[in-house]
Amino acid sequence: MLEVSGLCVSFGGINAVKGIDFAVRAGEMVALIGANGAGKTTTLKALIGLLRPTEGSIRYDGVDLITVPVHQRITLGIALVPEGRGIFSRLTVEENINMGAYRRPDSAAVRTDRDGVYALFPRLAERRRQTGGTLSGGEQQMLAIARAMMSKPRLLLLDEPSMGLAPLMVRKIFDTIRTIAADGVTILLVEQNAKLALEMCHRGYVMESGAIVTHDNSAALLADPAVRKAYLGDHA
Amino acid sequence: MADKLKTYPALRWAGLALIACALIALPFVLATAGTTWVRVTNLAILFALLALGLNIVVGFAGLLDLGYIAFYGVGAYAYALLASPQFNLHLPFWIILPIGALAACVFGVLLGAPTLKLRGDYLAIVTLGFGEIVRIFFNNLSQPVNITNGPQGISRIDPMRIGDFSFSQSEVILGLNFSGPIKYYYLLLLVLLVAIVVNLRLENSRIGRAWQAIREDEVAAQAMGINTTHVKLLAFGMGASFGGIAGGMFAAIQGFISPESFVLVESVMVLSMVVLGGMGNIWGVIVGALLLSFVPELLRHTVDPMQRYLFGHLIIEPEVIRMLLFGLALMLMMLFRPAGLWPSKVRKRELTDE
Repeated sequence: MLEVSGLCVSFGGINAVKGIDFAVRAGEMVALIGANGAGKTTTLKALIGLLRPTEGSIRYDGVDLITVPVHQRITLGIALVPEGRGIFSRLTVEENINMGAYRRPDSAAVRTDRDGVYALFPRLAERRRQTGGTLSGGEQQMLAIARAMMSKPRLLLLDEPSMGLAPLMVRKIFDTIRTIAADGVTILLVEQNAKLALEMCHRGYVMESGAIVTHDNSAALLADPAVRKAYLGDHA
Repeated sequence: MADKLKTYPALRWAGLALIACALIALPFVLATAGTTWVRVTNLAILFALLALGLNIVVGFAGLLDLGYIAFYGVGAYAYALLASPQFNLHLPFWIILPIGALAACVFGVLLGAPTLKLRGDYLAIVTLGFGEIVRIFFNNLSQPVNITNGPQGISRIDPMRIGDFSFSQSEVILGLNFSGPIKYYYLLLLVLLVAIVVNLRLENSRIGRAWQAIREDEVAAQAMGINTTHVKLLAFGMGASFGGIAGGMFAAIQGFISPESFVLVESVMVLSMVVLGGMGNIWGVIVGALLLSFVPELLRHTVDPMQRYLFGHLIIEPEVIRMLLFGLALMLMMLFRPAGLWPSKVRKRELTDE
């Protein structure tokens, strides 16, 4: 579904991503793990089109995305849950969710889908009249995911959904991501919490200072001593 | 109150009819105090138009524009050049006003395109420079080819006219004396009404929602699939068009324009109207424009006599006191009602959130 090859991205004079290759197959859940500043967020931004790669190609369903602007990538079925959630904090929960369907003209179907995301996140339905800024961190994360789902993506890019959340809330969020994946949405998950990410995903790529250093299926990565030492806090 | 209006629609219509009657009768009431007051009202409506236009850029899209008066100038000069002895062109106003709006729109996009990536202070500085550049062009485009007639400005601009009906001439209709300013008042009121309707529609449209999203979080807005380039340029272009139309009408009503009418202070004034009234709220912005147009005029007519009555002679010039009180009022406003006199729903939330 997604094939990235030789991708280089730089901004502010820094080469944040230095020629990476990876692929995500339809229906898969893939994790992109790595430390702070490894270039994970930059990679996602290039995938959605917020940053322009200096080199390399991004193919989505066989289409080269490099020249496709962000708003058209959304229409093609890619959605991003941005780092730090990017909630419209002064708009209500419902207005936030509606914003996610900005590019969809079919208002009847949008209404049905809105009921769908409320079913997925009953908490948001309770708070639909509240402003986004008054929600807790976990609820904001839910809202960010719900909003992204409103564009009916086939490929969902998640940037650090566990950031700053209590473990119980993280589990809840990850359960929801599983539910979304079970509905046939392909997932590319960027995470610092490598253990959680690998336990959920089928495969994983490990990024270090702008390059992919290893990739394998999750079980193998979880067993890899180097990965265990660097990302899973294994000192043995 | 609002609930009552909803349950009794008749009440609402009665209220609207009352307001309409008051607005229709207003110029004749004002005329008894002197035609000057009708002129002041007309100028206030022009400023309300400007404030509505700037509100699209600043209030809806959240892009700080300090050079807005340039579009007013572009509209005014478009009218002046196409309907005056300057080039001996005398096109009718229903052709020029749209041309002026279009010209202003083009200038709006010209300003918007290179500043797409700028926000806040940086955008403010560029727009400020833009406003000054336009004014300086008006000032200097008299050589080598005389286009704008330089600092002398353009005079003997045609009034608006439909066939034999001229807006500038007095006429007695049904026993009432319709002076030039009174006729313009009705025309301006009509244009204002149209502008209000357009603004209300825009606010609740898809574009309105896109502006809202951009104002809140531009990256997130992009991630929603909003074409931010497109939508921002639309804000600049549409806002500027309002300025262009107001400028054209200004030129026709005054009959004379010069670059001096389009100085930075005027931009600041229109921005103050938007901020004071309540950024993003159409009604608030209009209230702001009317207040900042009328209060200085009222002060002009009261400060002088009051001092003479109290102290026997003039101590402080009215002009000085006017600006002093104006500054004080703005400061008090920002301290006690930072979202404006009549804030928009969303801006009000911002204050209750924290």
